[in-house]
Amino acid sequence: MTTPAAYQVSHLDALEAESIFVMREVVAEMERPVMLFSGGKDSIVMLRLAQKAFAPANVPFPVMHVDTGHNFPEVLEYRDQRVAELGLQLVVASVPEALASGMVRESGDGMRNRIQTPVLLDAVEKHRFDALFGGARRDEEKARAKERVFSFRDEFGQWDPKNQRPELWSLYNGRHHPGESIRVFPLSNWTELDVWHYIARERIPLPSIYYAHEREVIERDGMFYAVNEFFRPRAGEERFKAQVRYRTVGDASCTAAVRSEADTVEKVIEEVAATRITERGATRGDDRVSEAAMEDRKREGYF
Amino acid sequence: MSTEIVAAASAEARAVTGAGPEARPMDLLRFATAGSVDDGKSTLIGRLLYDTKSLFTDQLAAVEAVSAARGDEYTNLALLTDGLRAEREQGITIDVAYRYFATPRRKFIIADTPGHTQYTRNMVTGASTADLALILVDARKGLVEQSRRHAFLCSLLRVPHLVLCVNKMDLVDWSQEVYERIADEFTAFAAKLDVPDLTVVPVSALRGDNIVTRSDNMQWYEGPSLLHHLERVHIASDRNLVDVRFPVQYVIRPQSTTVTDYRGYAGQVASGVLKPGDEVMVLPSGFTSRIAAVETADGPVPEAFPPMSVTVRLADEIDISRGDLICRPNNAPAVAQDIEAMVCWMDETAPLRVGGRYAIKHTTRSARAIVRGLHYRLDINSLHRDESADELRLNEIGRVRLRTTVPLLADEYRRNRTTGGFVIIDEATNRTVGAAMIVEAT
Repeated sequence: MTTPAAYQVSHLDALEAESIFVMREVVAEMERPVMLFSGGKDSIVMLRLAQKAFAPANVPFPVMHVDTGHNFPEVLEYRDQRVAELGLQLVVASVPEALASGMVRESGDGMRNRIQTPVLLDAVEKHRFDALFGGARRDEEKARAKERVFSFRDEFGQWDPKNQRPELWSLYNGRHHPGESIRVFPLSNWTELDVWHYIARERIPLPSIYYAHEREVIERDGMFYAVNEFFRPRAGEERFKAQVRYRTVGDASCTAAVRSEADTVEKVIEEVAATRITERGATRGDDRVSEAAMEDRKREGYF
Repeated sequence: MSTEIVAAASAEARAVTGAGPEARPMDLLRFATAGSVDDGKSTLIGRLLYDTKSLFTDQLAAVEAVSAARGDEYTNLALLTDGLRAEREQGITIDVAYRYFATPRRKFIIADTPGHTQYTRNMVTGASTADLALILVDARKGLVEQSRRHAFLCSLLRVPHLVLCVNKMDLVDWSQEVYERIADEFTAFAAKLDVPDLTVVPVSALRGDNIVTRSDNMQWYEGPSLLHHLERVHIASDRNLVDVRFPVQYVIRPQSTTVTDYRGYAGQVASGVLKPGDEVMVLPSGFTSRIAAVETADGPVPEAFPPMSVTVRLADEIDISRGDLICRPNNAPAVAQDIEAMVCWMDETAPLRVGGRYAIKHTTRSARAIVRGLHYRLDINSLHRDESADELRLNEIGRVRLRTTVPLLADEYRRNRTTGGFVIIDEATNRTVGAAMIVEAT
């Protein structure tokens, strides 16, 4: 006979069980779910959890990539490989196409973070998706710390932080009227370190840029930006080679790398455990605009 | 540029994640805090985050800059949890914020609930999933109305562990007498409330006394530091391992040429232990069968218990769908349409009224319900029952009788927090308007 003390699960198992529960709720209750998949580590973990939630059946929804056109080639290749392996349907919501058709216009600073929102909302409307899984975590940012697991959005995709549905026990309310939708965040309670521990435990392959490599960069506002076709150094900014890795992967024009020697998952875990700067603070030019940059984007329908 | 994909596989990975033979795996503790800024709650949370290296320098720098710009005399750690523009502008906390920290023993999820606006709604929400609740009092002021209210809500939501932090001990000269007076008064109050486990810790959140390590200033205190207690409080036996309750969430039937004739019932174990070979009963049909296998994506498991998400396969083909529940033939929940429940009302736009019709969500089952009666409204400060009440407004709690369109597969909330709780939804607005804890189901 087993003693009650043995009936314990690790924190990773508890998080996994919760995420799987959330995904199954969505598939059981919503009509047209879709999972945002960018090839970033959080969406990679989320997709692994989706595989687990419905095994031995296939993942029962398509994935969508909001493509800003500013991609890291390693990440794009990873995305396509994964999608092919799992036999998934991939929907690409393309910012370059939206620019070409005149639906959106390039912003003055060249960043495409803000203009990807109308492109996302357009794809949601076209495909009539009513539930969108996103890999956002509450530990990432202070506006996200207040986000529900099931986050209601009106027909404009807007988040109203002062008018959120109370979320009790594990009872998620996904009811909505036609045209409205629910953003679902299965990784709400995961931290950056939890994600890395899970990647190690599950032996999940990642795009190579998450591990230390040598790259030509410039330094701006204390962050290291790779020099590539989307990112041009300004006058006086000196190019140099450095050992770096990416802590987050977003739009290649505003995502910075960090100096790192961590070329294996174990070393990354050590590094993440020791770091004193948040991942978005270390790597995202777009969050530095104002104190409420993230909240403002979310209100407009951003993830 | 190289496009190779680095495989994360390596033998050391498991050792690093704490799953090696010698390492004790970290578990997870969820706790709720409530109280006002004046009690030092934000300072306490800031201290826990900072001392466990979960507070980052860029977060701290941002808070310091905003504090300085507003002319605050000290760094206002409340700004760490006040994530919304309106909160920072108005200097109030509007909504539950979730915070995370970890020690080598445990990962912690804090549901930080505000002390002023929408106090009850937020506290009830935070407490619904909490293993433990932290109540703060200012040692100079002692217990106030809010401390009692807070303790009552924790007992209503059946939070298994309660910790009272007597804060600002530095401002009462580390007085044992002050501490004991507050501890005694609170213990006497808690005794009336059916609080299973209570711990009282004297602290100074600002100075860090008894937060992570034992304080030198209070040699007379022989208990653990707050963090020591949080790390070691025994939560494994809080789970109900006796009553098998497996609400079916989703039926997995692969439409595939390689996997044929597969039918599995996916769900999260609410309580009890499920093993292959066990005799089970399916509700509401009452059909019985045997568990053929308990599976996860990583393969079959010898048993499943809360909070595992698994897929159960049965020996016989019976008609089972979402909202059904798997239990044992000799230990089943009530199959009931008449429900007595304590309801906390959460909607500011309309009150709960006798005769009102609502949607409800209970485990994986959705139904409609009509309010047949309101026995009383409870004054959560005096615990007085007002039997003349005919409605429940925002943040009010009362005992309600409901009749549901389909039977609920229900237990008393005090016995089972998963099969004993449900939410009430307004069908016109789709908003979640109430939280209900079942007292009796027939």
